[in-house]
Amino acid sequence: MAHTYTPGLTVTPRTVVSKKRILPLSGTVLVEAGEAVTAATVVARAELPGKVHVVNLVNQLGILPEDLPDYMVTREGNRIQQGDVLAETKPFLKWFKTQVRSPITGTVETISTATGQVILREPPRPVELFAYLDGTVAEVLPGQGVQVETTCAFIQGIFGIGGETWGTLVMGVASPEEDVTAAHFTAAHAGKIVVGGAFVGAEALARARAVGVKGVVVGGMHDQDLRALLGYDLGVAITGTETVGFTLVLTEGFGRIPMARRTFELLRKLDGRKASISGATQIRAGVIRPEIIVPLAPDEQIQGIEAGQWGEARGGIKVGDPVRVIRAPFFGRIGQVVGLPSDLQMIPTESRVRVMEVQFTDGSRAVIPRANIEVIEG
Amino acid sequence: MTSDPRRPLRTIVATDCGSTTTKAILIERVGDEYRQTYRGEAPTTVEAPFEDVTRGVLNAIAEIEELSGRKILDGEKIITPSGASGDPKVGVDIYISTSSAGGGLQMMVAGVVQSMTAESAQRCALGAGAIVMDVLASNDGRLPHEKIERIRSLRPDMILLSGGTDGGTVTHVVEMAEYIAAAEPRPRLGMSYNLPLIYAGNKDARSRISEILGKKTALTITENLRPVLERENLGPARAKIHDLFLEHVMAQAPGYKKLISWAGAPIMPTPAAVGLIMETVAKKQGINLIGVDIGGATTDVFSVFHGIFNRTVSANLGMSYSISNVLAEATLDNIMRWVPFSIDEQDLRNRIKNKMIRPTTVPQTLDELQIEQAIAREALRLALIHHKSLATGLKGVQQVRSISDVFEQTASGKTLVDMLKLDLIVGSGGILSHAPRRVQSFLMMVDAYEPLGFTELAVDSIFMMPHLGVLSTVNEQAATDVFVRDCLIHLGTCVAPIGQGARGARCADYTITFPSGRELVKGTLAFGEVRLFPLAVGEEATVAMAPARSVDLGAGKGVPVERRARGGVVGVMLDGRERPLQLPTQTDERVRALKHWHAALNLYPE
Repeated sequence: MAHTYTPGLTVTPRTVVSKKRILPLSGTVLVEAGEAVTAATVVARAELPGKVHVVNLVNQLGILPEDLPDYMVTREGNRIQQGDVLAETKPFLKWFKTQVRSPITGTVETISTATGQVILREPPRPVELFAYLDGTVAEVLPGQGVQVETTCAFIQGIFGIGGETWGTLVMGVASPEEDVTAAHFTAAHAGKIVVGGAFVGAEALARARAVGVKGVVVGGMHDQDLRALLGYDLGVAITGTETVGFTLVLTEGFGRIPMARRTFELLRKLDGRKASISGATQIRAGVIRPEIIVPLAPDEQIQGIEAGQWGEARGGIKVGDPVRVIRAPFFGRIGQVVGLPSDLQMIPTESRVRVMEVQFTDGSRAVIPRANIEVIEG
Repeated sequence: MTSDPRRPLRTIVATDCGSTTTKAILIERVGDEYRQTYRGEAPTTVEAPFEDVTRGVLNAIAEIEELSGRKILDGEKIITPSGASGDPKVGVDIYISTSSAGGGLQMMVAGVVQSMTAESAQRCALGAGAIVMDVLASNDGRLPHEKIERIRSLRPDMILLSGGTDGGTVTHVVEMAEYIAAAEPRPRLGMSYNLPLIYAGNKDARSRISEILGKKTALTITENLRPVLERENLGPARAKIHDLFLEHVMAQAPGYKKLISWAGAPIMPTPAAVGLIMETVAKKQGINLIGVDIGGATTDVFSVFHGIFNRTVSANLGMSYSISNVLAEATLDNIMRWVPFSIDEQDLRNRIKNKMIRPTTVPQTLDELQIEQAIAREALRLALIHHKSLATGLKGVQQVRSISDVFEQTASGKTLVDMLKLDLIVGSGGILSHAPRRVQSFLMMVDAYEPLGFTELAVDSIFMMPHLGVLSTVNEQAATDVFVRDCLIHLGTCVAPIGQGARGARCADYTITFPSGRELVKGTLAFGEVRLFPLAVGEEATVAMAPARSVDLGAGKGVPVERRARGGVVGVMLDGRERPLQLPTQTDERVRALKHWHAALNLYPE
């Protein structure tokens, strides 16, 4: 590897974000390239095959599978209504007739003479794909979806739960060190995305759900409270499909950790703006981090937050870079790189690793493995 | 880029394209043997922004070029064969590769009876290097519509369908096929092609299966993997999985068509290659072995007992992405029993979650290291339990019993993993391969696996087993040479008497005779005690154990045993901590015992 690059999370006042919006199966794209869309615009639609019901007719009629076609009243491909007769016996006396009726409205998909079962399918369910962002359709992928592009302020979180949503961003607290408590959530927050500071607890989350917030963005929370919120212990870091009533984005991690000041200040400047957020997190191959996207006007600049390079473009880590420590014993502390020794150094575990020297905001210094540092990007 | 088969291989470059990094090694013939000489590493480039796996391969090989001074690349091509230009330092004779990038090979399997054909299908897919997303069976307790919903919601790379013995009833396997057809399953990658499905069930059902699934899937039919109840025939289906992996799955991944064209042997899924080298070595040396690869997301366990190979994947037991799941499955108490201090539960839970969301961090303090190694012990332990449950003899087989079996009514389907007959444990994965002290890896494996009697332990030095597995398909000698000489770091031997006794009471008397005139050592091993004797790599000592009346070392209770024990960077450990291993239940006593053992083994810095 040519240079040391410790990727961090992006916090930037202005960038262009492009999102591929792809249907789960082939369908119809409803917009054209260049078209302006809002988050709620349906950009594509598909029909999910209906739910399947299996009816074992031979068991109910007391016949052999190979004889089934002789007893069928309906045929493969036929439309049926709930209660329609599917098959019946033909006894000499009508009294002894046995009929099997359809439990659903839909179509007869297959009639099997091997197993004696009939597969019925409910009508297809339409699935609609929203644009998710206010922006422009940059590209149409025929039959599959679109690419939506927007100029925006962009903030990545470290972990989240819940899917995509959008609403007005409002500040719930006055400083990044402040906890967001149950008392902070009021009826006025219904349908809003509320920004907290260092911590949110179980009680506050319950209150957030009760008032109907759409999203909560906060520095940290306890794992135990996450377990209480979800109702189970999250074992693997793949999220985005949870339905807890709102989308939650942690910007720093687990525990009580003040939100990075730069992140907080940027969110404060975006107070009252429409934001699109997603809690989806995937830390395996194809990393996905939760995000907060606030579309901007074409020539709009957010004053007071310096823009910088991010991703590979910023190159290796340099002396002077702002960093955050992401592991004990200095977890959550923010400082500045003051030394980058190139040789491997032994740390207290006796591992020999590459390290950096960091000066914290209180002036103290520490030597920390480079793997335990995140660059604050923007 | 295939080499001339008549020309002996002298220089081999091999890569393993992993989820995060692509690792390249150079193997050269030095005198009469093959040695691994240089290695290079680069980030895998299968995802955006590169979306071409070959970029990472070229970068990793470029690092080897830099280190070795050998010119291997000509622009974006690998130069083969070596020395063709007249310069012996130019080119390699063959390029080979394995791949697990993009999440590896993900399969769904289906059979008729859960403990019979479905389990055989599962073993087949696992042995081929797949992660098995779900196992469906007629009797798995799910209602038909639940099965269909499940098939639809999973998006595997391929499906393996089995069921029925040849000539037996066709109804149930056809029923499973009908469910699959109704679900209209879609492949994980891409929308434009049909999902590959292998049918390896009752041959009498083939025409029905073709009718039902022929149009809805890319159907391949092969021999029944359970033609009769008494026999598995996993080879043909496994070979088909490899073919389809190359033709369908890999062909959809960015850059793989080019990679396939470069390779001189078929590209293998990484775990399949690891399994292959283990199987090859076990057979060649006539030993029983267990191999484990503990990664960030999964733990793979491989075993070869009496020539029978098995592999399992514990998909959610890992040291980073799925570390929280280890906590959920093992429970906090089981993790903390290995740690000689206490910690607030909330704090520990937060630390573990923070490791999950920032998986590349490393422990900086000794406490953090000990917690991580405690979690590893539990992940290893749980993965072995999982492995034992699947690495079994065939279930549902009628057994012929004689009068002598009356008192030992063993059921069919007994696990093949016999810790007393185990010769070697090979550990792999960051937490084992990169532990600051080798004795830490040694003890993690001993604590998790509780080997019985005499067992040798080793770790994979730089995770080159995948490369050697695929190399064994081209040149078995080269693969086993490098495995023995460069791949393994021999740790030493654990001698563990089986039995229970009061702490401090006599467990066994021992006499260790060392090579080259070193003074022999005699003593008594007490219950609850561990002793470590240095014995260098390549050396062997004779260990004579005279156990107490209730204690067994493999020859029976109280029967003395004398065996050769191989040395390693750790040495020979006599483990008197009882089998099954007992930790004191009282916290103070447990902490005292742990500290005593750690000191005896010099496990951590003071």
